[in-house]
Amino acid sequence: MAWVEACGIDEIDREDVIRWDHEGRSFALYRSPDDEYFATDGLCTHERVHLANGLVMGDVIECPKHSGRFNYRTGKALAAPVCVNLKTYSTKAQDGKVFVDVG
Amino acid sequence: MTTAAGESLSAAKRDYSLVGASARAAIETGLASAEWYHTDVPRKVMKDLMQRSDRRPLIDAIIWLGLIALTAAGGVYFWGSWVCVPFFFVYGTLYGSACDARWHECGHGTAFKTRWMNDVIYEIASFMVMRNPVTWRWSHARHHTDTIIVGRDAEIAVMRPPDLLRVAANFVGIYDVYFSLKALLKNAAGIITPEEASFIPEMERGKAVIAARAHIAIYAATIVVALVVRSWLPLMLIGLPRMYGCWHMLLVGLLQHGGLADNVTDHRLNSRTVYMNPASRFIYLNMNYHVEHHMFPMVPYHALPRLHELIKHDLPAPNPSIFHAYREMVPAFLRQLRNEDYFVKRELPPTAKPYREEFHSASATPNAAE
Repeated sequence: MAWVEACGIDEIDREDVIRWDHEGRSFALYRSPDDEYFATDGLCTHERVHLANGLVMGDVIECPKHSGRFNYRTGKALAAPVCVNLKTYSTKAQDGKVFVDVG
Repeated sequence: MTTAAGESLSAAKRDYSLVGASARAAIETGLASAEWYHTDVPRKVMKDLMQRSDRRPLIDAIIWLGLIALTAAGGVYFWGSWVCVPFFFVYGTLYGSACDARWHECGHGTAFKTRWMNDVIYEIASFMVMRNPVTWRWSHARHHTDTIIVGRDAEIAVMRPPDLLRVAANFVGIYDVYFSLKALLKNAAGIITPEEASFIPEMERGKAVIAARAHIAIYAATIVVALVVRSWLPLMLIGLPRMYGCWHMLLVGLLQHGGLADNVTDHRLNSRTVYMNPASRFIYLNMNYHVEHHMFPMVPYHALPRLHELIKHDLPAPNPSIFHAYREMVPAFLRQLRNEDYFVKRELPPTAKPYREEFHSASATPNAAE
């Protein structure tokens, strides 16, 4: 486990996503409609586009460039043009902060 | 609106093959899958613009399909007399032109909030426009990754030097239908060409074959029915509208990128926004806001006018009419017959961020008027 503080819990709007860069890697951090927090790789597996500019709808993140869709809870690729699943990371909300296990 | 002439420095002839020299050069120089310019829009505003709804696209779809049904009924009823002509004119335009915008918007998944509604209209519109729904989903993804990058973009409508005879013939779909049917027949026979394979992942190719077989089966059935009843009427309803009704698709579609720069990574240089009449905007689903669409493809068609108002300070002035845009584009095509490196370089307003000339200097020389 390598927990790293990523952001404050209020830095992500409900049903939204932000970009978080750490040690040369880019992540996408999500806040679900139920105020749960999730983290995935920051770049779409189709083309190297930052998912943080995309649209969160329920459990789905849609890539801003080609509308590829992933379930951000599981990383599962849902619809063309994405075919490769997204890597997910464990998160925890603690003391008003969101932590990501980047290990 | 002010425009200037531009002239690219590329000495080599353009190779539009997706597996040729220009494709290799685009990859080597970083033009392929490059980072593109975007106007700054606050996240909250963009999030609001990207929101989907079913209401507006449902209304548009009901009007579209309702008019198709009504005009088809009128055309059939008056078949054999001249009265059927206006019915088929409208039917053909709604089938052979409006299908393109529905194929496009639903392919992006931005028309409806409900996914299956996008998928249903996408399949119907793909059939109408004679495009393999699988192949073209992937080719359009490439078009957005590498817009008008020679050797990478599979959807460059007018290549340089322009083949104006082909452009004119396509107003009645002659070339497009020939090549579309040829591609569908090949796919139906299980053949995926090397060009198609360059942008369709292997796991998707089987779906392309199945889709092509479905399309060909419907056309074959229509031809059989026409032979049995000894009438052109079945083909007037299915298939031929892609020819006699595609004029509007060409009329507005050519303006998207025609005569503008290629091999640049700023949609303000290679795409055109044109103000249009409401009927054209309905048929075209607001794709006249084409710079805005390419910059932010997740914004649904019905939010594009709002996006345009927000970012127009950073974009070239739109052409005020279709006619005005043609007066800009056609002379550029004619110049490209003599010099294929010529293009129209659109002027930015003083409020805009400048083009990244240093980035584009390898392929474009601003204001290099002949």
